[in-house]
Amino acid sequence: MRDSQANIMKWRYFQQSLFFALFRAAALIITLALGGIVIYIIINGISAISWEFITKPPTHSMTKGGIMPAILGTIYLTVGAISIGLPLGVASAIYLTEYAKQGRMIRLIRVGINCLAGVPSVVFGLFGLAFFVILFKFGSSILAGSLTLGFLILPTIIGASEEALKAVPQTFREASLALGVSKWQTIYRIVLPNAMPGILTGSILGIGRAAGETAPIMFTTAAFFTSKLPSSIFDEVMALPYHIYVLATAGTNIEETRPIQYGTVLVLVALVLGINMVAILVRAYMRRNKRW
Amino acid sequence: MNRKTKEIFIKYIFFVFALVAIIVLAMIVFSLFREGLPIFRQVSVKDFLFGMEWYPTYDPPYFGIFPLIVGSFIVTIMATLIAVPLGVLAAIYISEIAPRVIKEILKSVIELLAGLPSVVLGFFGMVVIAPILQNVFDLPTGLNIVNASMILALMAIPTISSISEDALYAVPQEFKEASYALGATKFETIAKVILPAALSGVTTAVMLGMARAIGETMVVLMVAGGAAAIPESIFDSVRPMTASIAAEMGETPYRSLHYHALFATGMVLFFLTLTFNLIADHVSNKFKQTGSATL
Repeated sequence: MRDSQANIMKWRYFQQSLFFALFRAAALIITLALGGIVIYIIINGISAISWEFITKPPTHSMTKGGIMPAILGTIYLTVGAISIGLPLGVASAIYLTEYAKQGRMIRLIRVGINCLAGVPSVVFGLFGLAFFVILFKFGSSILAGSLTLGFLILPTIIGASEEALKAVPQTFREASLALGVSKWQTIYRIVLPNAMPGILTGSILGIGRAAGETAPIMFTTAAFFTSKLPSSIFDEVMALPYHIYVLATAGTNIEETRPIQYGTVLVLVALVLGINMVAILVRAYMRRNKRW
Repeated sequence: MNRKTKEIFIKYIFFVFALVAIIVLAMIVFSLFREGLPIFRQVSVKDFLFGMEWYPTYDPPYFGIFPLIVGSFIVTIMATLIAVPLGVLAAIYISEIAPRVIKEILKSVIELLAGLPSVVLGFFGMVVIAPILQNVFDLPTGLNIVNASMILALMAIPTISSISEDALYAVPQEFKEASYALGATKFETIAKVILPAALSGVTTAVMLGMARAIGETMVVLMVAGGAAAIPESIFDSVRPMTASIAAEMGETPYRSLHYHALFATGMVLFFLTLTFNLIADHVSNKFKQTGSATL
């Protein structure tokens, strides 16, 4: 009797260690996949990176030369997207956290935000094409691409801003209101400044997304190749993600340009993961040094 | 303007801003309908959705997107089969077992994985996974369903894992303590108490992960192979809807039938992902996680 009970206990703990090993393995596989991809790209891409590669335009029908116009294009688009997405997203989050009362309307708005977050990137591309490029007659331009990307990252920014606004203690608001300060001034002077670091780090994740997206800019901005740099927001630009796609699938000599492809991939990954890494580190730092 | 009216005025301004997500959604629907509906003057809805031939540039052209729909679903389902076990098990490890330092590291890993641009993952599938598949299984091409599903799974894992982890984390401590008090092992507690309590959150996570996979474009454009036919094996090429739109939109004349057909494909895709998202939303709302207050 004692023996069998001991055996059952043994079996239960054996079962436990077996499954725990499985959980660990799953986490390990994911880590190895990320690590493998990043290391592979670094090893293959590092030899292509040089000062010329980053500062010179492509030459010889993109089989030689650098990727400067694509880097610049991606920066323009990202800045454009954030200057559209950030104000709209923060304002939207302020209403949802500071003003809204639970009800049908709020529920509808939340469902809308969730659905917008789920819209496929290529559908955003179609929307940008039909709406900004054609209907508004912006043509294939930085403006059309920035607007498309700006709306794409809107749900990310709303989510991040809401979380940051909610993290500001209720007592801050109450103290301000008790002094006779109006609600708007409380938000503007007390809540927003305290939430700003959180809003910004959260939004950095949106920036990373905007920099890395390809499908939304394919029909709205991205040029296959332009030798001249854009002179206005109505010009087309090259962009890093689209440049990778073009080189890897439609270049004049796909095998020969492999080093350039790896180099471009490395630059994009460094840019996007660098941005994300900063956000993660800053957030960790802020959590540790929270004043309240 | 006195202070009170000013405050009310400001409130309404913010309300308008809060509507922006819905307005954008409406603009998307408007533009898809405006450019997509004209195809149905030439092709019936039934022939469009269930037609087996997608030859948009032939004379006469055929606009049947059924093979594209099948392509989208097959890579999504296979990606889900890979991503759900990995994502959920990893989430359990992160939320219940991992020591604090490893937990923080793993959370960052998953966030970084989510941050990898899809074109980079597609590129990786093309230059690394495709040759391996081709050699190991002796195939004519490594750009096929298996390759696309594996890469798509990598893209769905962060969504599945992080949302599942939130759901697991939200299970009240009392549930676990009660289970331990009955003499259950940690594993038994996870399998029989924590996971069932978090099931609605995990279901939401899976639905959102699937929505992510079905809408993903660059990966399937680069590694799914691009054959617009019903596949016969998992090593065949397919052409999911997203890939078809992205590949063909650049070269079709403005307002041609083909152009309208691609927008109509976008409509189908939009409503599919919308359905997934609404189901996820419904599940997470209807089956609200039980808190300790309901004990």
